[in-house]
Amino acid sequence: MSGEANPGTPDTPGVPGTELVPRAAEPSGVTGTAQTRDAWEFPWARLGDQARKGIAATGHGLAFLALALPGLVLSLLILALVLPGPGLVAYGLGQHHNAAGAALVLALPALVVSLFLASRLLLVIRGLAGLARRLSGRWCGVPIADPYLPRPGADGQKADGEKAGLGRRLAWLLTDPATWRDLLWATVNGSVGWLLAVLPAGLLALGVLGVVAPYASLDQRALAIGAAVLGLWAAPWLMRGYGYLARSMLAPTRQAELALQVRHLAQTRTEALDTGAAEIRRIERDLHDGAQARLVAMGMTLDAAGQIIDTNPEAARALLHEARDASVKALAELRALVRGIHPPVLADRGLADAVQALTLDTPLRIHLASDLHGRPAPPIESAAYFAVSELLANVTKHAEARETWIDIRHTDGMLRIGVTDNGHGGADPARGSGLRGIERRLAAFDGVLAISSPLGGPTAVTMEIPCELSLPKTSSS
Amino acid sequence: MRVVIAEDLFLLRDGLTRMLQAHGLEITAAVDNGADLLAAVTKDQPDVAIVDVRLPPTFTDEGIRAALAARREAPGLPVLVLSQYVEQLYARELLASGSGGIGYLLKDRVFDSAQFVDAVRRVAAGGTAMDPEVIARLLARNTGNASISALSPREREVLALMAEGRSNAAIAQRLVITERAVAKHTASIFGKLNLQPSDDDNRRVLAVLAYLEG
Repeated sequence: MSGEANPGTPDTPGVPGTELVPRAAEPSGVTGTAQTRDAWEFPWARLGDQARKGIAATGHGLAFLALALPGLVLSLLILALVLPGPGLVAYGLGQHHNAAGAALVLALPALVVSLFLASRLLLVIRGLAGLARRLSGRWCGVPIADPYLPRPGADGQKADGEKAGLGRRLAWLLTDPATWRDLLWATVNGSVGWLLAVLPAGLLALGVLGVVAPYASLDQRALAIGAAVLGLWAAPWLMRGYGYLARSMLAPTRQAELALQVRHLAQTRTEALDTGAAEIRRIERDLHDGAQARLVAMGMTLDAAGQIIDTNPEAARALLHEARDASVKALAELRALVRGIHPPVLADRGLADAVQALTLDTPLRIHLASDLHGRPAPPIESAAYFAVSELLANVTKHAEARETWIDIRHTDGMLRIGVTDNGHGGADPARGSGLRGIERRLAAFDGVLAISSPLGGPTAVTMEIPCELSLPKTSSS
Repeated sequence: MRVVIAEDLFLLRDGLTRMLQAHGLEITAAVDNGADLLAAVTKDQPDVAIVDVRLPPTFTDEGIRAALAARREAPGLPVLVLSQYVEQLYARELLASGSGGIGYLLKDRVFDSAQFVDAVRRVAAGGTAMDPEVIARLLARNTGNASISALSPREREVLALMAEGRSNAAIAQRLVITERAVAKHTASIFGKLNLQPSDDDNRRVLAVLAYLEG
């Protein structure tokens, strides 16, 4: 187990290193002789640290015990509810006379009622399991992901917020393998798993007993104290083991992971297609109401000019000027449209220059740092560009920022873009549909957006999109 | 005046050639790509090159790069870049490629042939011709600038025309005021922006653009 990486959070039990090793001399500490070997000191601080961790882990184990017992009670209740129903039905089917019918008539409603009651209890177990997952991450250093299928009607399609029918909800709960794995965990954890969790506390209690018991021999007392020390020392390890035990039952199975992934892909694909289709409709409408209409008007104006050019050259000249102005407006509209579809600089030069061009058009003080050796695939480049554009628009509109920093880089197969401003903060993705839109657009590429925007600022938005860069085009000049 | 044109679309190349010829300019070559432009510039030694931004083979910013290359090859070669859109990024790069003799205009500007030919002549003479849209966006970017806010509306109009590269005479004609009035406005603008006044039209324009680009 010593090969495990140290957990990141300070309150999780770390992996103890070799005992009684002098602490590395700190560069800010006493200079000179302090760094030589003969300056070895007994590592009290390290020992204290160890003891503190052991005590914390022991406490955590007791807390897990509190979680285990209700789980056991619930799981037994559920088994008592679920098992007799099918049993009765099987019994009824197995009889060859009139009793069979009666048994079935009795058994079927009983089965339905017991399943319904069981489903309520299973939801409670699900709550306990969820708590155990979070605590395992915090206390044992073994984070566990949620394995459940999404609730019916919760995945975006039904935005009316109407609850799915009872039958569908029952099916959702009962057909999810994770539900039954939760039950397995509740049973195992409640019957034997908790022993692991309370072992340190037990050893510690033994130690206390050894000290305070009036009739114990010296050997017994020493043994008991030894047990307590062992318990304290081993507590972090035991908690880690307990976390692994929980993970073996509470983590999503490979199959569940794949199912979740497929679901996620299907959803993001649908959204991407919807966004694309909506975009095309908007372009069509813009062309229809804008440039196309102007061209029609131009044609009519030119025709009118042709009709009167002999009789009234002055008026014809005015009409020609009018037609020219209409063509200028049509061009301006087409330009704006093109800019919204695919900005020219993005097509010409790629993301970094396009963002720079964007900053030149924004009345913000922007510090741009970019480090891209190549170009992402065009759809990703475009999504990233519009995301930055949207974020800058947000900063301009809402943040009242004096300065903004944009950082674009590609590391470890990941395009990372940070947009930070020193405005007043308080940006909330739940309220601003813009941020949601960016999130959706990035999700199509498995990209994510993280935002930190405390009231009073600063606001930091980080986007990550997994992608590879193509080699830069060799310029021809 | 001798002109080289680089424009890949036949209709526009042909139209430009005819329009400039109608105004008495001599077209020494009309080519459709950047490499031919460089060759024509070295061979014909034109007074000005008119270059489309998008040229083969990449159809991206080929024209900008060809223009910059041509100016490296023939320092001081006046170049007027035409485009369906204008970008401040490209305007900056062009302005940075040497002092003066540079133009960057939307293709729409050819609709007003008199104005357009005026811009060609201005660039050929070593002046500047920045598209009003570039200037408008530069000014929009400077809305928060206290010195610019301190300008009167008329002064802002003069500033915009000056930034496009127009001379006092042209500004006076455009705004239907006397040249003396324009001179007064420019002196006031330079005072408010804390810029060194200059009689040289071109140096003046560059100072203003540098100021706006901040």
